[in-house]
Amino acid sequence: MSEPLLKVRDLKIGATVYPPGQKPHDIEIVHGVSFDLQPGKVLGLIGESGAGKSTIGLASMAYGRGGVRITGGEVWVNGRDILQTSAGDVKRLRGGEVTYVSQSAAASFNPAKRILEQVVEAAVRHGKLSRKQAEAKAILLFEKLGLPDPANIGKRYPHQVSGGQLQRCMTALALCPDPDLVVFDEPTTALDVTTQIDVLMAIKEAIRDTGVAAIYITHDLAVVAQVSDDIMVLKMGETVEYGPTDQIINAPREEYTQALVSVRSIQHEEKAPTPDPVLRVSGVTARYRGLSFDVLKDVSVDVHPGQTLAVVGESGSGKSTLARAITGLLPPSAGRIEFAGRTLSPDQPSRSKEDLRELQMIYQIADVAMNPRQTVGTIIGRPLEFYFGLRGAEKRKRIKELLDEIEMGDGFIDRYPAELSGGQKQRVCIARALAANPKLIICDEVTSALDPLVADGILKLLLNLQKIEDVSYLFITHDLATVRSIADSIAVMYQGAVVRYGPKSEVLAPPFDDYTDLLLSSVPEMRLGWLEEVIATRKMESAGN
Amino acid sequence: MKNISLAAGLGLFFTAAFFLMALFAPLIAPYGMAEVVGGVWEPASDKFLLGTDSIGRDLLSRLIYGGRTTIFIATAATLLSFSLGSVLGFLAAVMGGWVDQALSRFVDLLMSIPSLIFALVVLSVMPVTVFVLILVMGLLDATRVYRLARAVAVDINVMDYVEAATLRGEGRVWIIFREILPNALSPLVAEMGLRFIFMVLFVSTLSFLGLGVQPPQADWGGIVKENAEGIVYGIGAALWPAVAIATLAISVNLVADWVLNRTTSLKGGRG
Repeated sequence: MSEPLLKVRDLKIGATVYPPGQKPHDIEIVHGVSFDLQPGKVLGLIGESGAGKSTIGLASMAYGRGGVRITGGEVWVNGRDILQTSAGDVKRLRGGEVTYVSQSAAASFNPAKRILEQVVEAAVRHGKLSRKQAEAKAILLFEKLGLPDPANIGKRYPHQVSGGQLQRCMTALALCPDPDLVVFDEPTTALDVTTQIDVLMAIKEAIRDTGVAAIYITHDLAVVAQVSDDIMVLKMGETVEYGPTDQIINAPREEYTQALVSVRSIQHEEKAPTPDPVLRVSGVTARYRGLSFDVLKDVSVDVHPGQTLAVVGESGSGKSTLARAITGLLPPSAGRIEFAGRTLSPDQPSRSKEDLRELQMIYQIADVAMNPRQTVGTIIGRPLEFYFGLRGAEKRKRIKELLDEIEMGDGFIDRYPAELSGGQKQRVCIARALAANPKLIICDEVTSALDPLVADGILKLLLNLQKIEDVSYLFITHDLATVRSIADSIAVMYQGAVVRYGPKSEVLAPPFDDYTDLLLSSVPEMRLGWLEEVIATRKMESAGN
Repeated sequence: MKNISLAAGLGLFFTAAFFLMALFAPLIAPYGMAEVVGGVWEPASDKFLLGTDSIGRDLLSRLIYGGRTTIFIATAATLLSFSLGSVLGFLAAVMGGWVDQALSRFVDLLMSIPSLIFALVVLSVMPVTVFVLILVMGLLDATRVYRLARAVAVDINVMDYVEAATLRGEGRVWIIFREILPNALSPLVAEMGLRFIFMVLFVSTLSFLGLGVQPPQADWGGIVKENAEGIVYGIGAALWPAVAIATLAISVNLVADWVLNRTTSLKGGRG
């Protein structure tokens, strides 16, 4: 075997933490990770947030982000240890030999400069190409990455292209200086599913055609399986399992990897619709002030008692706007909303306390859904106090019951949100919604900001609570795997309108309309060769391109 | 209180010293406030630690009583400007629409007039009492606080937890005081330190111009005015109030920094 391009030995990375109320102290976040990467190969790094995958990726450029320090070990690139080399050599390495593609292209491009200027910058600065050559190369790369009008797209500013296109431009930026290694840090995570597979395919082909080696970082095992040769599974800064992609996907040895592979396998039997839906949305049309078009177009859906309606669609499809219309934050311009047999007033301030109590909401980002200056007890206790007038010991008892229901102990009652993990925060938000004893809870992308295993736990909890409390959910999501596991009926939304609606078994059974087909086929599957199959067989182009 | 830094400790010590001095001025001062006890501009001696002023009053006693007046006016005006400015600022952010427009444009109007000139005009037509001084200074400064409070609250108002409270049916009072205020406190406290010092300077300026605290009542700006002529003869009596103002400014800001650090680490920020 030839000498590897990148050789990492016993890499240790540390950082200083500032816990509230304690003295700052040093901790180790990566505990001795080792791997090899041969030229032209792709290594997938996978793990939950906090596993250290991005940190390890950046260490291959001898870089520690946000106060992170490389405290031990060796990182060899092209036959030299880059942790020991001179500052000038590190400068040559970064952006020359090793380049980086970040998760959010929108936040990484300079909005004041044209795309082409930024794409060629590294190659020109490192003296690898003249400006003319670099520009020619960039246009070639744009073409290879499947961008429309490759000769001219570089003349646009970052905000003038779509998210998927910008992510490809960033890939072009990384490939332009002809690096030996590219670090892809969650390059498709922020994109819609239908856009994700196009970008994924473009990245895969670009890697193949240029013969560059790559580290591909993601939390989605199904995605990484499509592009990498080897996979390393990380957990809390330690290697759990490291092997060829085929083995990791088809024959995982470690329990943790098995859990990752089999995630989202919740089975949920669909319930039949009832004659009296708890929520009936009929013909709702709405637009935001200042817009010249309707964001919701004649939307009609029902939610049945004790059941879940999943509203599925890409970003911009109007699914969150539907939630705003139902809660009264955006009064519809036409249509009716009936709830528990009464007609809801279109705007929220004129609704009765009873209406407000019975219709609760859970948000995508639990961090901003809870006041950071209130304790868990206050957060959960306020609805109890506000709706039921509970005080003192009585209130505390009910808070404890609720904490039990969400499978957290009463030890959490005096903690602040900052002291909780992502999954715990979302659980507290669920408890706050339950405290009002609602008939319907609107769940707006409640699992999309969470790691797969944590999200799985939240979904199980929601299903369980539905059985106990007989509450209905209106579940907004872009993730079809989630829909399969919890929905009773499904509404597919596209550009503000419901394009397909019915019981889960019917919506997910062929024949499909073009959009549903695109959406369904875009959900990454945990098997090799899936990506090529989908690209070859689908009927409709994604709107994000 | 255990791991308090040296800077914060010094700041706390001096701030406390100044406020205690203000509070117990009659007990600390060696002579009465307006008592003529010696010759004109006597040099420092055992009898008069800082010497005497332009008409033979003990300068140290004048400084201590002057601090009492200045600090009292500045504190009261700061409290007034913060309670008024922040509540109106939060209200504008939460209500939006025409309430926000009306308040903001009115504040713009007030801010477009230089506040010193505005204060001079108002004070020259009104009787100059401590109460009027506090009122004028507090109202003028409330415009600055309003701007900051509104800007901070607009950011907080779009957070999901505020939306959650709105959907729960909470009233404006709860939203302003329980959801927004605790999260807006850090920048406001930092601003409070600065504003307090501006108030000290403002009241001193007014007194120096003769429209602030009226003689024989002592205050720091007034002491500068009374002894300004001495500078020509090499007499430093007018510089002592300046030293007092500078020391107070630095120590109050050290305290504000310390409070800011403590409150930000509460929500898990980086201390």
